[in-house]
Amino acid sequence: MSDEDTVEVAAGTPDRPQPFAELGLTKQEYEKIRHLLGRRPTAAELALYSVMWSEHCSYKSSKVHLRQLAPGEQQSEALLAGIGANAGVVDIGQGYAVTFKIESHNHPSFVEPHQGAATGVGGIVRDILAMGARPVAVMDALRFGPADAHDTARVLPGVVSGISFYGNCLGLPNIGGELAFDPCYAGNPLVNALCVGVMRHHDLKAAVATGPGNKVVLFGSRTGPDGVGGASVLASATFEGAGGEGKAAKRPSVQVGDPFMEKLLVECCLELYASGLIEGIQDLGAAGVACATTELSAGGSGGMRVTLDDVPLRDPTLSPAEILMSESQERMMAVVTPANVRAFLEVCARWDVEATVIGEVTGDGMLTMTWRGGTVVSIPPETAADGPVYQRPMARPADLDALQAGTPDGLDRPKDGQGLRAALLALLGSPDLADKSWVTAQYDRYVRGDTVLAMPEDGGLLRVDERTNLGIALATDGNGRYCRLDPYLGTRLALSEAYRNVAMTGARPVAVTNCMNFGSPEDPAVMWQLAEAVRGLADGCRELGIPVTGGNVSLYNQTGSNAIHPTPVIGVLGVHEDVRRRLGAGFTTDGARLVLLGTTGEEFGGSAWAHVLHAHLGGRPPAPDLPSERRLATLIAQAAAAGLLSAAHDLSDGGLAIALAESCLSGGRGCRVSLNGDPFAGLFSESPARAVVCVSPGREPEFAALCEANEVPATVLGTTGGEALAVEGAFDIPVAELRKVWEGTLPALFG
Amino acid sequence: MATVIVDVMLKPEIHDPQGEAVLGASHRLGFGNVTAVRQGKRFELEIDGPADGAALAAVEELARELLANPVIEEFSLHPAD
Repeated sequence: MSDEDTVEVAAGTPDRPQPFAELGLTKQEYEKIRHLLGRRPTAAELALYSVMWSEHCSYKSSKVHLRQLAPGEQQSEALLAGIGANAGVVDIGQGYAVTFKIESHNHPSFVEPHQGAATGVGGIVRDILAMGARPVAVMDALRFGPADAHDTARVLPGVVSGISFYGNCLGLPNIGGELAFDPCYAGNPLVNALCVGVMRHHDLKAAVATGPGNKVVLFGSRTGPDGVGGASVLASATFEGAGGEGKAAKRPSVQVGDPFMEKLLVECCLELYASGLIEGIQDLGAAGVACATTELSAGGSGGMRVTLDDVPLRDPTLSPAEILMSESQERMMAVVTPANVRAFLEVCARWDVEATVIGEVTGDGMLTMTWRGGTVVSIPPETAADGPVYQRPMARPADLDALQAGTPDGLDRPKDGQGLRAALLALLGSPDLADKSWVTAQYDRYVRGDTVLAMPEDGGLLRVDERTNLGIALATDGNGRYCRLDPYLGTRLALSEAYRNVAMTGARPVAVTNCMNFGSPEDPAVMWQLAEAVRGLADGCRELGIPVTGGNVSLYNQTGSNAIHPTPVIGVLGVHEDVRRRLGAGFTTDGARLVLLGTTGEEFGGSAWAHVLHAHLGGRPPAPDLPSERRLATLIAQAAAAGLLSAAHDLSDGGLAIALAESCLSGGRGCRVSLNGDPFAGLFSESPARAVVCVSPGREPEFAALCEANEVPATVLGTTGGEALAVEGAFDIPVAELRKVWEGTLPALFG
Repeated sequence: MATVIVDVMLKPEIHDPQGEAVLGASHRLGFGNVTAVRQGKRFELEIDGPADGAALAAVEELARELLANPVIEEFSLHPAD
């Protein structure tokens, strides 16, 4: 006879103490579970609720705010699936649909950088796969503690090797992302991974279990004790009898990824989709079998019955609770009609993917699981899938007034050409702005053969159709300093920068994903920052007329009471009608006219200049101007399509000075420019909605007319060519000197 | 001169895809009686002087710092015979 904690045992022992607190549930949440079930939960049920009601799975603190992101009618025309699906899906024309999403793997990447980052890539790839799409590229937005800190030398190389190991083995190009450093991320690195996939409209799949009698199939890797930490408390003497014999206490164990299994899983799923063998599909990520069975059955028409004994195990000592909570990688769950099961298993066998029928869809509205003959789970699945919703207290951070009052106005500014020159070189060699090749050279950028643009360009660009040259562009951006000073404005700035980066390739931005990285939601100041950031994103997307298609919230990013800067990372997807007409950032021709687009104000709050030269953070961030961003994007797309430009580069961190330096370095030639007004503001201000472009010789009048038609201010700066970046009356810096400074920083730090 | 051997293995609960790949290949090659494979690393360190307590303690420190990743691996060491 089983000594397992079954539903019958639970009903007969209502007063048995249960380790809900150790599993992260509050007393109120535990009482709510007892109320929902009308009895105490079994050990397996308690495990299931604890993971489903965790912040990570339930969004219980952020949900009330995220509701603002539901797209309005003007934003949702192209949306085929939105928030709530595994990933949002966007119509890009010609019968193609694109799905993309960014997700955090912050904490695992701190504990074990290589495996943490690797499994972050694996997880987001399965999200995209579960929508019915072929994953075609990844990007990574990375943030670490100070570049010269001892622990950064452990975390950064490990994270980068993990991303390159998994992505390269899987055969996916890594086409861009971000790398930034700040003391606030010491102990809380941010590792945000984005994946994009492409499918035909009719390939779209849903995560639902419908049709009583249909079979539930678990396929991919076996289930082991990966990521099972909390479940060990369930194996304590409380449940194993007073003998204290039980099983050895299990430590939480790091999940280890297997990209070769993931590759088999990708190809296997795509063949299953193409053969029409799947009714519903769900990837297994955090909360593993618990989450997949709960969400599939809650999203479907009826219930589900699962025989946990049939789950293939890597470790035969696992308990039902541990099986439910396991985060073993490279697993998927499908709903298959009985008639198709044999064909399904044959496809899996051909790809060497283990597949097992573990249950079936029922019509009784209950999620039921059995183990050694006893019923260990019997719950209405929606009670676990929906989870609690909290209105957490919010309060503007007490130090924000002082922070905003400490403007950068009083900081020492360069007084002459020599000073401006030194400031430019200091910025260019700073870890945030220096050449990222040390990182990106470890990633395969061109595998699959459709990469048109990748790092260090403003956005990554992929060809989707080799006959029509339809393509997609992607960029991610975030700026913790801006958001610390004003999370509402900072988030709008991150959105506008990602939007602008996509536009610089000549693409039309169409959709947004986001990864909200914040501190503890139990801190009212952090909740206020989160609410402001979400409000900024919602308002910004409405003004730009593009929808948020999905995303991820990562909370508790803090050490002790020190939260990270609020760091929403925003990803924007664009459609490029003809990738042969794309624009790069580099100055590739001599004698081309350089034009600055947009308006430059004096905006230094949170700027790279204040940060690098003065270690100063204060004042207000630049004022975002989304209508101007929209006009700028339209102008660039039209000019690119008409062949009026040979280069376009957005202005962001470090302002015009850094943009010019990057374009000189990328194109391998200099330029000569003259600035009206204060050269310091002209070079280093970070006003948004600006770009520098190279006009194709002979097309200047047409381009000027197009700028006027789009109401984009255009200022002639000078011309490209020569061996140096020259600013009239200020300085000349040989491109070779720029290169030495730019390329030297990361290798000096990381070897 | 002495030689110290350090054996590094993944902790038992950690997933070992390489070991699984070797297991699969073993079966394909006809070694059907192999039922599980775990793969690890072996280091042979030549040191000055005898492999006494102090020397072994130093090697242990080195193993924890460099040869093994204590988050996912465990190690053992002993002087060569």
